[in-house]
Amino acid sequence: MRDYFIEASYLTASILFILGLRSLTRPDKARRGMQLAAAGMLFAIIGTLVNHTIVDYRWIAAGLVLGVIFGYPMGQWVPMTAMPQRIALSLTLSALAATLVGVAEYHTQLSSGIIPTRATMVALGFEVMLGSITVGGTLVAAGKLQEWLTSKPVTFVGQQAVNGALFLGILALLVYTIIGPTHAWAFYAMMGVAFVFGIMLVMPIGGADMPVVVALLNSYSGLASCATGFAIGNVILIISGSLDGASGFILSILMSKAMNRSFTNVLFGAFGSETTAVTGKSAAGLSVRSIGVEDAAIQLAYAQLVIVIPGYGMAVAQAQHAVRELAELVEKRGGEVKFAVHPVAGRMPGHMNVLLAEANVPYDKLYDMDEINSEFDRADVALVIGANDVVNPAARTDKSSPIYGMPILNADHAKSVIVLKRGMSAGFAGIENDLFYDKRTSMLFGDAKASLTGLVGEIKNV
Amino acid sequence: MQLLELYVFVLAAFVGYMVISRVPPLLHTPLMAATNAISGISLVGSLIAAGAAHDRVSTILGFIAVVAATSNIVGGFLITDRMLRMFKRDAKPGAPTAEKK
Repeated sequence: MRDYFIEASYLTASILFILGLRSLTRPDKARRGMQLAAAGMLFAIIGTLVNHTIVDYRWIAAGLVLGVIFGYPMGQWVPMTAMPQRIALSLTLSALAATLVGVAEYHTQLSSGIIPTRATMVALGFEVMLGSITVGGTLVAAGKLQEWLTSKPVTFVGQQAVNGALFLGILALLVYTIIGPTHAWAFYAMMGVAFVFGIMLVMPIGGADMPVVVALLNSYSGLASCATGFAIGNVILIISGSLDGASGFILSILMSKAMNRSFTNVLFGAFGSETTAVTGKSAAGLSVRSIGVEDAAIQLAYAQLVIVIPGYGMAVAQAQHAVRELAELVEKRGGEVKFAVHPVAGRMPGHMNVLLAEANVPYDKLYDMDEINSEFDRADVALVIGANDVVNPAARTDKSSPIYGMPILNADHAKSVIVLKRGMSAGFAGIENDLFYDKRTSMLFGDAKASLTGLVGEIKNV
Repeated sequence: MQLLELYVFVLAAFVGYMVISRVPPLLHTPLMAATNAISGISLVGSLIAAGAAHDRVSTILGFIAVVAATSNIVGGFLITDRMLRMFKRDAKPGAPTAEKK
């Protein structure tokens, strides 16, 4: 009877999880759907608590209380700009949980005199291996995103050889523990090497490539949960782990495509390090046209259609609210404002949308690249705020450019372009942007927030 | 039993792929937060490790796992809700009402 109750709670939870994720296809239904998923989680927890193998509830109670104490601030107080490192850190936690469950299971079986079967060892091995890699990798990713570690790629001579050796070492130890399950040293050594490998894997990856890495590690942590399910024979872990793994997999593919890179290129390429050599076109002999706040305000005030292209620079300057104010002013004067969001704008998939939504920009004004690109031809002004590489026409025209082939927003098709930028420094990819030298482009130099606030003030006076 | 679990894995991965590939880029960050919260389901395994009272080591490891998984669940669902709450339609009259893909 009790077992039926447990299975029923798991089945309910699985269904609610899938419904919850499906609700995320509709912004207006998503909140409700995720609340259902949370209810599903509660069912699963209650179902587990009545499991007959649980005999002592003291540690459980303490763990649950501590978890709530740590989890609440992670949910309620983390600012939206810090979302990428927060997600990376929660991947660390979920991979840590999976790894520790694996170790506990292995330790329990050995200490009670059971020799784990081959099948169990395969599951435990993958669980602990993927878990440790994810813990190491996400810690570095979180450190880089928080800028506690340098966000520049860290490379050294022979790096690929070292990583290759580590990887082979992990595989060898994995096979060894599967063949001889009682060799505990090999099991724990594999865990340690996998942790180091995770760190080494993310160190050479630059800040701009982080979205792909975080998504990829998300898929590893999902697979680690899956393996946990296989190891302890629990179906709901397998189901949830697959959902998690599929999500990470899809997102990392989408991100790679948006950056025109292959997986292997992201993981082994160490982008920023080589681009200083591959300069593409140089800026020598070209001049930019600088514009004042007054002139820019007049252009915007009389525009029929303004397309705003926000980049991470906008978030850094905390200018989202000023952008929204500007958009409302232009609309009040009869113009139309749309936001063009490139898939890799921000530091993680969909990050820019969240930042704009937080500033009360309605989501029906936020457009994906594919939806908006054809509209640039009839736009009077393309307003580029703190974005650079995603509007660089070299991606279409210049075969020698490192970003050649990357899908970009067609800002250069607009009748005029205003670029808000702090100075003439190059973007993340370290390459010159022809758009800035175009005769239809004017540059409004200065802090994005100050410029936008200035524009708002000027438009009111027009 | 192991083979049955393999079926579950393959089918669940398939369902996950079908469902998640339809999530628009607009909601990709909430999606990541949501799958993070759901991955807190490893709490199920952690609870058993922490409460089975096999020996001290397993209990302590299980306890740490319970803390980690619970903070993911609580933090993950809270932050997902916080984000989704921010996504609003244009409330002004005359705004385009056509459904966006």
